[in-house]
Amino acid sequence: MSKTSTLLIRTPEGIVFSQLLAGPMSRFLAWLIDFCIVMCVVIAVGTLLTVLDLVAQGFAQAIGMLLQFALMIGYGIYFEWFKRGQTIGKRVLRLRVVDVQGLRMKPSQVVIRNLLRFVDMLPVFYLVGGIACVVSRRSQRLGDLAANTVVVRIPRITEPDLDQLASGKFNSLRSHPHLEARLRQRVTVQEAALALQALVRRDALDPQARVALFDDIAKHFQAKVQFPAEAMEGITDEQYVRNVVDTLYRSGRSK
Amino acid sequence: MIIDLKKFVANERPYWTELESTLNQIETNDRRTLALDELRRFHYLYDRTAAGLAKVSSLAAEPETRRYLESLVARAYGEIHETRDRQHRFSPLHWFLQTLPQTFRRHVRAFWLSLAITMIGALFGGFAVALDPEAKSAVMPEMFASHLGDPSERVAREERDKDSPSAGHMSSFSAQLMVNNIGVSIKAMAFGMTWGIGTIILLFYNGVILGVVCVDYVAAGQTAFLLGWLLPHGSIELPAIIMGGQAGLMLASALIGWGQRSTLRVRFRAIAPDLTTLIAGIALMLVWAGLVEAFFSQYHEPTLPYVVKIAFGLTELVLLCLFLARCGKKAERVSSKTSTPQPADT
Repeated sequence: MSKTSTLLIRTPEGIVFSQLLAGPMSRFLAWLIDFCIVMCVVIAVGTLLTVLDLVAQGFAQAIGMLLQFALMIGYGIYFEWFKRGQTIGKRVLRLRVVDVQGLRMKPSQVVIRNLLRFVDMLPVFYLVGGIACVVSRRSQRLGDLAANTVVVRIPRITEPDLDQLASGKFNSLRSHPHLEARLRQRVTVQEAALALQALVRRDALDPQARVALFDDIAKHFQAKVQFPAEAMEGITDEQYVRNVVDTLYRSGRSK
Repeated sequence: MIIDLKKFVANERPYWTELESTLNQIETNDRRTLALDELRRFHYLYDRTAAGLAKVSSLAAEPETRRYLESLVARAYGEIHETRDRQHRFSPLHWFLQTLPQTFRRHVRAFWLSLAITMIGALFGGFAVALDPEAKSAVMPEMFASHLGDPSERVAREERDKDSPSAGHMSSFSAQLMVNNIGVSIKAMAFGMTWGIGTIILLFYNGVILGVVCVDYVAAGQTAFLLGWLLPHGSIELPAIIMGGQAGLMLASALIGWGQRSTLRVRFRAIAPDLTTLIAGIALMLVWAGLVEAFFSQYHEPTLPYVVKIAFGLTELVLLCLFLARCGKKAERVSSKTSTPQPADT
């Protein structure tokens, strides 16, 4: 059973999608935030209860003790139950607890994964839970295993930068539609995506690495379809790759 | 074939934005229910976005668009397909009078095993202190330090001290008992994930302490005090902790899966609601036991005759046994007659 960083789900409609699984470190940081919040509330309530203690000695201590216990156990249960698997710490770190089949958690799952913290937090600082998280295939602590839950990362969604498709720029390959058609036929989806990604990320590359990368990609596509010399004249490897991507991803557009 | 990505995104974006906005509304307001038209539209948007995801995955392989669509489809999928066994309305009375005792009976073998482990521990503790009274100090935890002395001296002191503690003191004592006992029961359940080893050790050790205290007081001729002190709260507290062990052994059984053909995931899924029911019932029992121990058990003769305390404790025990053995039995019989075999969860 190999470790995986994604949760793959196949819907009844036959669509497969993946969710990124959260690692032990981000989960620990989320817990640390939650722990600090619980402690702040406990201290704040404790301060208020000292006033009550002056009037009714013993009652304040009883309330404080019960409240602290209820907060320690109830905090996670409340937020994960009513806030769709997100405590405040998880929200800050963009994590969410979901059923292992990608569905919303049932109340019993929320309760079990939170009560089993008692064993996960042993001996100190969630060592048992951390080890289980590292060892288990889906990064689950013992509470997650018993409750059939996983913690997923909610990715920051960025708008796909499709302007990299060289809209409005001259494409020397368009003068050879039969070769363009052959290129579309021979290039796989993965190869096209690789070229697109190279263009999207080109500004992040070191200048020398950029030249070398586009040289490699250009050679790869040239080996698939040889365009005549006039189509290649005066253009760099990077421009050539841009033209290839434009050809591939804008197949239905008129010239 | 590679799709014209820019044209595709431009065409589909309004649908994706609409789905995202609907999801935001649903997720922000948990109680919001969609009207039939809204539901149809929501389902249409989900289908369309899922189809878009399939298209992008196979015909464009553009990671950012795919990640965006995966995120949308994952959220919508969770909302649309979550139809498993949803309770319409939770009725506390029905839960208490039917669900809890029925759940207990469904897993009664784990309870008997849990009780047996506790009793073995009690016998061990009893023999240990009978053979070597010094074993008491080695076995008893720090929180039971008051029981390390001579039982007769303690009884004389308690019966002499007629000043009743303040209500505030009793409240904090009661809270302390509740927190401690609920914690122990949750641990007894949670330690089931150590293949039951932790649960067995915890039950055995609890039994040892119980055996040590009982034999110590009986040997000192203080049986009436012991029963009057332990029974009022112990008749609820001890079964509750043993039920915690029952839950732990259920968890261990699901983890080990002896003689079960279903997968680990299915086994855990099957017992999850029962574990929750049991632990909630245990918490209720321990709240009651904490109140009784702080406000009733601590009063001794001559303030409160032992016979009254023993009668109270025995009555509680009989009622608890009747409750767990009989409540919800009729409904159970009716449902077993009317139920049809269900396909296995896969």
